[in-house]
Amino acid sequence: MTAVEAAVAVAFREEWGRVVATLIRVTGDWDLAEECAQEAFALALERWPRDGIPRVPGAWLTTTARNRAVDRLRRASTGAAKLQEVAVLSPPSEPGISDDSGVEDDRLRLIFTCCHPALSTEARIALTLRTLAGLTTAEIACAFLVPEPTMAQRLVRAKHKIRNAGIPYRVPPAHVLPERTSSVLGVLYLLFNEGYAASAGAELVRDGLCVEAIDLARTLASLMPDEPEVAGLLALMVLQHSRRDARVDDAGNLVLLEQQDRAQWDADAIREGVGLLEAALRRGEPGPYQVQAAIAACHATAADARDTDWVEIAGLYGELARMVPSPVVELNRAVAVAMADGPEAGLRLVDALDASGALATYYLLPATRADLLRRLDRHDEAAIAYRAALDLAPADTERRYLARRLAESTTGP
Amino acid sequence: MRYLLMICLDESAYAALSPEAAAASMAEYGEFSEKMGARNVLQGGERLRPTADATTVKVRDGEVITSDGPFAETKEQIGGYFVVDCKDLDEAIEVASKIPGARIGSIEVRPIWEM
Repeated sequence: MTAVEAAVAVAFREEWGRVVATLIRVTGDWDLAEECAQEAFALALERWPRDGIPRVPGAWLTTTARNRAVDRLRRASTGAAKLQEVAVLSPPSEPGISDDSGVEDDRLRLIFTCCHPALSTEARIALTLRTLAGLTTAEIACAFLVPEPTMAQRLVRAKHKIRNAGIPYRVPPAHVLPERTSSVLGVLYLLFNEGYAASAGAELVRDGLCVEAIDLARTLASLMPDEPEVAGLLALMVLQHSRRDARVDDAGNLVLLEQQDRAQWDADAIREGVGLLEAALRRGEPGPYQVQAAIAACHATAADARDTDWVEIAGLYGELARMVPSPVVELNRAVAVAMADGPEAGLRLVDALDASGALATYYLLPATRADLLRRLDRHDEAAIAYRAALDLAPADTERRYLARRLAESTTGP
Repeated sequence: MRYLLMICLDESAYAALSPEAAAASMAEYGEFSEKMGARNVLQGGERLRPTADATTVKVRDGEVITSDGPFAETKEQIGGYFVVDCKDLDEAIEVASKIPGARIGSIEVRPIWEM
């Protein structure tokens, strides 16, 4: 890759979302914004080798994309009124100097619009990846294992809804901001989890999606520095992602946390995550993401599995269960309690959950039961539970792990 | 932008309200209409008679076919509607959330297709 190609690649990562976000604000046309942004990056590859890399690449790209929009609207006879508006907002100053002096970053408008609760969750994720992260429709389709035309259709429908239903392009006002922010954080965390534990298919960690989610959270944290839950989510994802290399062995098998080689954990990421979390907690406004990050930090900073502070973790899960009551949180609390107070105490909580029927189709419920029964040397019951888990497990990697455990239970001591 | 806010609720549950509760509900609707009228968002709205009084009409091969009842049997029925003129969907959502029926049923917010 030449120096210019590298510079364009960096600019794409850093500036794509900003260019698209500004163009949407200026033109009000999502498709036009994307197309003009694309053309601006293509033009950079052509011009930068000749003219040199601009001092402020983002400003060059935004100005260039805007000029393309003006050209296109000029050619389209219906765009006369729109054209005037764009032209006013596009001073004929030299590229590289002019910049937008909007009070808020346009990317913040874009992310809140992409994650508007009037859009379906699938649409929010797809729009965020396309417009903010700059993934192609084909890449998004591939990541979510759907045919490309399906994903293209999803994006078109979402953009139509934004226009036809009048979803505003703005950062929501204060009275709805907390609710809308949690919608944005929810989308980013879903995106991360989709990458972390692929819901279908063989590849357990689809690293690309995790990296995109972390990048987007990093951007959001820089734009909303006063929201500790944003920093909490970023810390949570950075800490979880620090274990990516240790989570799957060379044969592609899932390695449980307690058996992971901690030397393979990313020490820089752990330092960053813990630092982010501590700064967030100092604001004194705890929330579910900060609590989950605190749990991840307990694991990440334990010298080895035996050294883990399970009493602290069980307490944090208790706090999380109070903030966001859910059977999945309760299951995790049961695991922590089993580690802190012994498998019998954990099994009591798991059996209560089992009896409630709330997680009837969730493979981790029988898998956890099986694990606790195995530790209590109740191998026959463990085998039954492993079989139940195997019937429900979604990804190949997890299925292989369960099959191995089942074999151990049936042939074990 | 104009939106149609359709109030969808279980009309049998609504019909079972005590006279006091029904009167209180009517008063709430009166208050809502007054407030939204003063805010200049309300363009119109009516309460509808229950689906027992509904008639479905269609024309096939030039013949008018009439039948008793609503087009679709569903758990929730449209009990009334408002037409509002709002700045954007966020304002329409805010207005919809203040309709008394939103607390027992749900409000479908549909943008009006302006011709």
